[in-house]
Amino acid sequence: MEFIICILAGILFATGVYNILQKQLLRIAIGTGLISHAAHLFILTMGKLKRGQPPIILEGITEYTDPLPHALILTSIVISFGVTSVVLVLAYRTVNENNTDNMEQLRGNEYE
Amino acid sequence: MLTINLAILLPFLAALFILLFLRRFRRFHIGWFVLIIPAILFALLLRQIPNIANGKTLIHQINWIPSFDINFISYLDGLSLVFGLLITGIGTLVVLYSIYYLSTEQSLVHFYIYLLLFMGSMLGVVFSDHLMVLYVFWELTSISSFLLIAYWYQRKGSRYGAKKALHITVLGGFAMLIGFLMLYVVTGTFSIREIIETIHLYKDHSLMTPMIILILLGAFTKSAQFPFHIWLPDAMEAPTPISAYLHSATMVKAGIYVVARFTPVFGGESLWFWLVSSIGLLTLFWGSFTAIRQTDLKALLAYSTVSQLGLIMTLFGIGSLSLHPDIHVESVLYTQAVFAALFHLVNHSTFKGTLFMVIGIIDYQIGTRDLRRLGGLISFMPISFTIAIIGSFSMAGLPPFNGFLSKEMFFTAILHLKDFDFFSIQTFAGIFPVVAWIASVFTFIYSMMIVFQTFFGPYKEQPGVEAKEASFGMLIPPVTLSALVVLIFFFPNILGDYVIKPAVLSVYPGVTNEMIGSISLWHGFNKELLMTIGIIILGIILYIYRTYFKKVYIAFPRNISFDTLYNNALEFTDRLAKGITNFYMTGYLRHYVMYIFLFFIIVLGGSLYYLGAFTFSLNNDQPVHPFVWMIASTIVIAGMTIFFAKTRLTAILVNGYIGFAIAMLFVLFRAPDLALTQLVVETVTTALFLLCFYFLPEWEKTKVVRKVKMTNIVISISVGTIFTLIALSVKSGKLFRSISAYFENADELAGGKNIVNTILGDFRAFDTMLEVIVLFIAGIGVYTLIKYTNNKGVEKLEDK
Repeated sequence: MEFIICILAGILFATGVYNILQKQLLRIAIGTGLISHAAHLFILTMGKLKRGQPPIILEGITEYTDPLPHALILTSIVISFGVTSVVLVLAYRTVNENNTDNMEQLRGNEYE
Repeated sequence: MLTINLAILLPFLAALFILLFLRRFRRFHIGWFVLIIPAILFALLLRQIPNIANGKTLIHQINWIPSFDINFISYLDGLSLVFGLLITGIGTLVVLYSIYYLSTEQSLVHFYIYLLLFMGSMLGVVFSDHLMVLYVFWELTSISSFLLIAYWYQRKGSRYGAKKALHITVLGGFAMLIGFLMLYVVTGTFSIREIIETIHLYKDHSLMTPMIILILLGAFTKSAQFPFHIWLPDAMEAPTPISAYLHSATMVKAGIYVVARFTPVFGGESLWFWLVSSIGLLTLFWGSFTAIRQTDLKALLAYSTVSQLGLIMTLFGIGSLSLHPDIHVESVLYTQAVFAALFHLVNHSTFKGTLFMVIGIIDYQIGTRDLRRLGGLISFMPISFTIAIIGSFSMAGLPPFNGFLSKEMFFTAILHLKDFDFFSIQTFAGIFPVVAWIASVFTFIYSMMIVFQTFFGPYKEQPGVEAKEASFGMLIPPVTLSALVVLIFFFPNILGDYVIKPAVLSVYPGVTNEMIGSISLWHGFNKELLMTIGIIILGIILYIYRTYFKKVYIAFPRNISFDTLYNNALEFTDRLAKGITNFYMTGYLRHYVMYIFLFFIIVLGGSLYYLGAFTFSLNNDQPVHPFVWMIASTIVIAGMTIFFAKTRLTAILVNGYIGFAIAMLFVLFRAPDLALTQLVVETVTTALFLLCFYFLPEWEKTKVVRKVKMTNIVISISVGTIFTLIALSVKSGKLFRSISAYFENADELAGGKNIVNTILGDFRAFDTMLEVIVLFIAGIGVYTLIKYTNNKGVEKLEDK
């Protein structure tokens, strides 16, 4: 099963990168979201999948899935949520100020 | 013992004193205060002459960075005394001259602070025994000279000249630093005295050649040797006292000093001899040849300085021969070359100082120093004329002036070169005297030009200028110097015995006083005298027919020169750097992201592949749950859908779907807290997306060039592949046992049954705290981004 999830994470990463390489801000925001999904799956897979019961202590259970990756991912989800919200509001402000969300037009003039 | 340290420090202290206390004086000419400093130092050094002449040396050490073996070692011997006397003596006269040359309306504070900085660092160069300290002072002279050349910084020419001088001298300075470091690596000491004592052990060291080249590069750039001489004529934009001081008497002689100082180290090496003497000779020739075509008197003097420095350099090159192991020190032939070099060094400082000051006077009184606009000044400025004639005749090498003596000694040395039969000198020995002789003819011609084109001929009146003799005070320094020019001719042995001989002895520790002999005024009729007579005759002929002779210069057009090379090189590097930067700094985000991912692919993927890290097995895998198959395949399909979405709403919703599907995976992988959080966060994110989407422009149908699209696809697929490969290899690798068994004691240790939550709130609560802060900052960020507008900020500023 780890095999499948690794490939899935890789595909999500690739789609994320492809979206980041696009011009529109919204696509870039979606791309970053996809990459964080890939990273979460990656962390989870590295902790071995499904080797026991959910990490909640109950009488009579000796095997739990690894709880540490869960804690790490939980932290990561919250942080990426914070970042995504800032990116989205930033996109909103950018469009408000510049009337475009095309990255090719948002590159300043001093290089030309 | 303290004398030498005091000599180095006093100018710096005086500069500080001016900065702190004399800045406010507007009407008092602070040059009078500055004058005391070099005068005191000169007197102090004069008092050391008997000691040094008796073979004593002064040495004093102050610890600076002992752990790096860097100490402030000052050392006074014959050689540094000659230079010290020149720096302080000419310094005194130049300061006196500048008092009359500059009015109090100029920024005198700057002038004298820079001048004192220069004087102190120059004294530091000649009195330092430690290589690193020597280098520090060396660069300080470059910097203070830069400041002085650009003294009239409003002028474009000054800024150009200053920059050029700095570029070239600092280039050489860096080379010299590397040479010094090599010398340290080879000998294990920074002290020049200790290096001289031990260098014979390392004569075959492989670093010898680069060391010689690098150190000489430093010396040549500083002393304006061919082809680095180009900065000197442009440095003539400095005020004339500075040109007289820095660019004739002192700074340009720093390179000569280094060559003299390192002669005992590298003398006898064939490379050292060939570089020093042939570059010197070439400089001698080229400088005097180019000087004739100048029309600006200061530029003419600059080239003449270049040429005379070349002469001194050649003599040091010849002198280094006597350190060849097969030569007995008793054969004083070549040690006399060094004697002649040092003698000419002093002579050059006197007559060149004189000439610069005279030209400064002419410039000051007439308002021009262009040879084509000058003439007939003899009846207006008789004293200046007398001084000028003494200076130029001495430079031309005529009796009864000191230049005659040193030029004769130069010919003697160069004629004896053929007696030496190492380094295949015999093959080339014939060229040396010929080139030197021709160069001397040129020297004669331009020396005559200075006198006759300025003071004779019809008087050309300058508009609004009344030609008259300069003030008395301005004339004192050049008169003093020209008196020295004559006095040294008649009593050369006083200078020779007390000052120059000890200096020669510090270059050749084995030689005794008697071997060098004394300077004779009259050699009798010999080859050297015949050469001088030849110079005079040919020089006069060429001077008279100079209009015809100058046609030679058509072969050397001005636009093909080392100056052009320098300018073009600067421009080229400028354009090159700009081109390279503009090539990759395009301003497109896409390109920068591409660079990052390309590095990810090439460096990370490449090195992992190279190390053979990509190995994987499926042995430890769990069987695949059918639900996982289902969810995974829908996620892939959803990911693809985003690319082809017609509207942004579709894209956002599909994106949301991916988030929820991931939450489902978390459920399947038995991570309830994760699933919960993921669901909530994805909901909020999708809501945010939808909120934003309302304000964003319509989803464009991406029209991209096929090539761009292909690179995007290739990059993203390879990044994804490498990511997958890394994940698979890590998963299949041999791992340590997880530390998570410890967390299963959550109930006993933290009093909680949910292990993930105890980790977050107890075991690793620090992470959680900072994560909360991240959210807090994000919240503030979102708030300010929405609320803050630039206009409000401007208004607030205006309100205050």
